[in-house]
Amino acid sequence: MFYRESGDFKTTYIDDDQTFPIKFDRYRYYAVMFVAFAIIPFMVNDYWVNAIFLPFLIYSIAAIGLNILVGYCGQVSLGTGGFMAVGAYAVYKLMTAFPDVSIVFHIFAAGAITAAVGVLFGLPSLRIKGFYLAVATLAAQFFLVWLFNRVPWFYNYSASGQINAPERTVFGEAVTGPNVNAWAVYLICLVFVTITALIARNLTRGTLGRKWMAIRDMDIAAEIIGVNPLTAKMSAFAVSSFFIGISGALFFAVYLGAAETGEAFGITKSFLILFMIIIGGLGSIFGSFAGAAFLVLLPVFLKVVGADWLGVPTDIVAHFQLVIVGALIILFLVLEPHGLAQLWRVAKEKLRLWPFPH
Amino acid sequence: MSAVAEEFITEDGRKIGAVVMEMKNITLKFGGVVAIKDISFDIRQGEIRAIIGPNGAGKSSMLNVISGFYHPQEGEVWYKGARRPTMRPYQVAAQGIARTFQNIALFEGMSVLDNVMTGRLTHMKTNMFQQGLWYGKARAEEIENRQKAEEIIDFLEIQAIRKTPVGRLPYGLKKRVELARALAAEPSILLLDEPMAGMNVEEKEDMSRFILDVNDEFGTTIALIEHDMGVVMDLSDRVVVMDYGKKIGDGTPDEVRNNQNVIDAYLGVAHD
Repeated sequence: MFYRESGDFKTTYIDDDQTFPIKFDRYRYYAVMFVAFAIIPFMVNDYWVNAIFLPFLIYSIAAIGLNILVGYCGQVSLGTGGFMAVGAYAVYKLMTAFPDVSIVFHIFAAGAITAAVGVLFGLPSLRIKGFYLAVATLAAQFFLVWLFNRVPWFYNYSASGQINAPERTVFGEAVTGPNVNAWAVYLICLVFVTITALIARNLTRGTLGRKWMAIRDMDIAAEIIGVNPLTAKMSAFAVSSFFIGISGALFFAVYLGAAETGEAFGITKSFLILFMIIIGGLGSIFGSFAGAAFLVLLPVFLKVVGADWLGVPTDIVAHFQLVIVGALIILFLVLEPHGLAQLWRVAKEKLRLWPFPH
Repeated sequence: MSAVAEEFITEDGRKIGAVVMEMKNITLKFGGVVAIKDISFDIRQGEIRAIIGPNGAGKSSMLNVISGFYHPQEGEVWYKGARRPTMRPYQVAAQGIARTFQNIALFEGMSVLDNVMTGRLTHMKTNMFQQGLWYGKARAEEIENRQKAEEIIDFLEIQAIRKTPVGRLPYGLKKRVELARALAAEPSILLLDEPMAGMNVEEKEDMSRFILDVNDEFGTTIALIEHDMGVVMDLSDRVVVMDYGKKIGDGTPDEVRNNQNVIDAYLGVAHD
């Protein structure tokens, strides 16, 4: 009824190029932003923030980053965990070395450092593709984790080998350390998610995004049309690692507070983020959010249903959680190989014609 | 270069310009296989130049040499009066040479519009940071190039499918979109590798019309490979004939048609 473009005429290319060309979509987007920024901060408590919002928001950034590399540029990477660790250790070193500088700058700087590391480990992509590249990035994962475990300089020679986030404030409100308010950490993550999602959207709809997609779809034709494969692939690695670095920095400083590389940023993290974008939808910003939401919310949802509503013992629920999540992932990929984003697209197509589908 | 006449009158009485690209003694080998052997020919400004020959004659290899995809072991490529150093394909594209492929090489995951916009890459100069910001330079550039892309889309009559993902299009339209993508680059030389392969008569007529229109309206120099002799003889101003990597004929369609070597290559020759 109201979800359609008829009557909503575009008379300039600017109008035609906007992110949400359909009016209803646009209002929905404004509504989501309003709820996220103006309503949720007043309602959240520690449980909601720590169990749902923080992991969702932080993984969303990482998923957007990985989606740029894998979904848009077609370069498979299994080094996400390692790159998140770079972001985390970079922000830790910066926080302790320059305590007077705002943490916001530190987080962006950590992203930049991760981008540089990402470009370095992305160099093999100029020669190798597909599974072989995945194995090469796997090397980055293991090397980085090993590096942060074995070189004491990175964890400031602490006896436990852990890194701990000291307290830092933004506008006088603590966002790291033990004395934080739920709404403050939620908001800082939300701001970073909004910024990175906007940047990602702008990059993917413009020239650079088309270069990436051209490389992904047919690298030979891309080169003939004028895409320099070196700069296209390296920029994808840089932007992707920048986002993943920011995500790693937030994951350590704001969410965990204390971290040990092997545990927090191991290979499982790489796979988790990869699953998120596969389930959410490759080559889609919305898919990154959907995938992150799916993998963060589903276990929580199952736990609530199993333990709280049905009264099943928690240890059994914990086991069944893994089984059900695994089964759902398989089911999902069989039913819709292009992920949640595709499901959403199909739903929108249907909705455009509803209630008169002919 | 001065030895070459500045102008050339074709059979149809069309005037075409001076030599814009010249291949000098090109030899291309893959290991022991000689794909192209000591071939020289030129392409003049504003002409439609056909390269024909039986299968495996080395026509596509020749196009790949021009577009920088293969690097010949011997010989030189002269472009706009200067010897071209060894270049990667994207550098060749930046010089104003665009091409289409024998097997369609479109970006299947992108819409028709995005494919055509990709063709304009060589004209887009904003950097990563300006694009991340979007508002300002990047958007202005996007709109400006969108306008050019839309002109091409209008020209090739594919307005109705501009937002359709390329993967969903039928073969004939894909060929047309690929031409649109190459044209969007506003090339000075357009290379077409079998633009009419696998098309029915009607589609061939459409494509021929587009090729002639492109040449006529934009003044684009076109070099094309085609197997349909009727099309080749009708469209082209001059023809190069290749067989087994060697040049066996070069001239206007009439000259080529009456060339004994060419007739032998196509019809076979009696061994006595």
